[in-house]
Amino acid sequence: MILQTHTEEQIWDYLKEVTDPEIPVLNIVEMGIARKVEIDSDQVLVKITPTYSGCPAMNAIEKLVNEKLEERGVQDFKVKLDFAETWTTDWMTEEAKGKLKDYGIAPPEKTEEEGDFLKSLSGTKVIPCPFCESFDTKLVSQFGSTACKSQYFCDNCDQPFEHFKCI
Amino acid sequence: MSTATKELTTKEAFLKYILRLADDRLILGQRNAEWCGHGPQLEEDLALANISLDLIGHATALYEYAAEIEDEGHDEDYFAYFRDDRDFTNLQLCELPKGDFGFTIARQFLFSAFSYFQYEKLKEADDEQFSGMINKHLKEIKYHLRHSREWVLRLGDGTEESHERIQESFDELWMYLGELFYMDEVDELMIKEGIGIDSSTFKDDVKKLIDDTLIEATLNVPDWDQFMMSGSRKGIHTEHLGHLLAQMQFLRRSHPKAEWK
Repeated sequence: MILQTHTEEQIWDYLKEVTDPEIPVLNIVEMGIARKVEIDSDQVLVKITPTYSGCPAMNAIEKLVNEKLEERGVQDFKVKLDFAETWTTDWMTEEAKGKLKDYGIAPPEKTEEEGDFLKSLSGTKVIPCPFCESFDTKLVSQFGSTACKSQYFCDNCDQPFEHFKCI
Repeated sequence: MSTATKELTTKEAFLKYILRLADDRLILGQRNAEWCGHGPQLEEDLALANISLDLIGHATALYEYAAEIEDEGHDEDYFAYFRDDRDFTNLQLCELPKGDFGFTIARQFLFSAFSYFQYEKLKEADDEQFSGMINKHLKEIKYHLRHSREWVLRLGDGTEESHERIQESFDELWMYLGELFYMDEVDELMIKEGIGIDSSTFKDDVKKLIDDTLIEATLNVPDWDQFMMSGSRKGIHTEHLGHLLAQMQFLRRSHPKAEWK
């Protein structure tokens, strides 16, 4: 029998050392990707959830979590993908949103209320520029360099920037 | 020999139900992926590749669940690569060649408009794993709908050339819309189980969104009562599916045991 010498708190700390390969300024805990840590008798179970269903970074993240736990000497652990809860950008911490902005990506706003979607089809939300805070920006494309971002352009400081889509 | 039709079990119906949803997404995802590197502009190249990635992601999750329900040791790759055209139950709408950019956009808009209302109903399904997936995919469908709808408006209300071409695309695609609302014994059994949905309950919503968008785009709305194609949910397809599958499946079939390392 292996005695689990790592506490739940420690496991969370290890997970904080794993960063998102697409957005290296954020770790998977503040992203809301790492959902649960359960220590059952001796086994550690870590549940992670994908952001976008087609996100190619998910396999990489799963691998990185496995490597991190191994590196930290966690003996008996399992990393499981959990689909029961649907990931939303609302799970991102305020701190994470601040880091995104400093990194040059406009952070996601709060997700829209149910039922507003069809009405909102015609309008586009105004996203402030992460560099100069100007609202004089325009949407270039709903889709950007990764599944989770859209492309904008700031007419005030003449900079293209990305916006983390809110889902 | 008994003449009675073999009764459909709940398990069989659920499997078919999920495969229909998954096949739609895999085949349309494959079609849209043909634009990768060929988009009319960089942003649209990325957009179509992103939509493809989402659709194939949705299909993968559904196939994984189908494999679990079927319980015969298959995986998602089996459903994608080792079934033949008659086994695929995707809408004919999804398999049509990509055409020009307007055709791809028109098709994506029609599919997304339908999927949006379909998933809004399906997310209430009485099966936690299934409804969890549907909820997740729905968020992405909203982006697809917003994107393709904006392009319909831009192309329809754009130049004479773009107007004419997207109008032709809608005219050509129209006869494939009847199948969106097709229902049979699979749907009936699934509705009884609290999982399936009755497409007649949201048919008017789908039509209204499509009609309103076309009108806003200064396009003519073709006749909803015209001749409509049928058969795809039973494996009857256009000649295009076989060619698509040949391209998509050949590598996997040539190296059936190959693994990514």
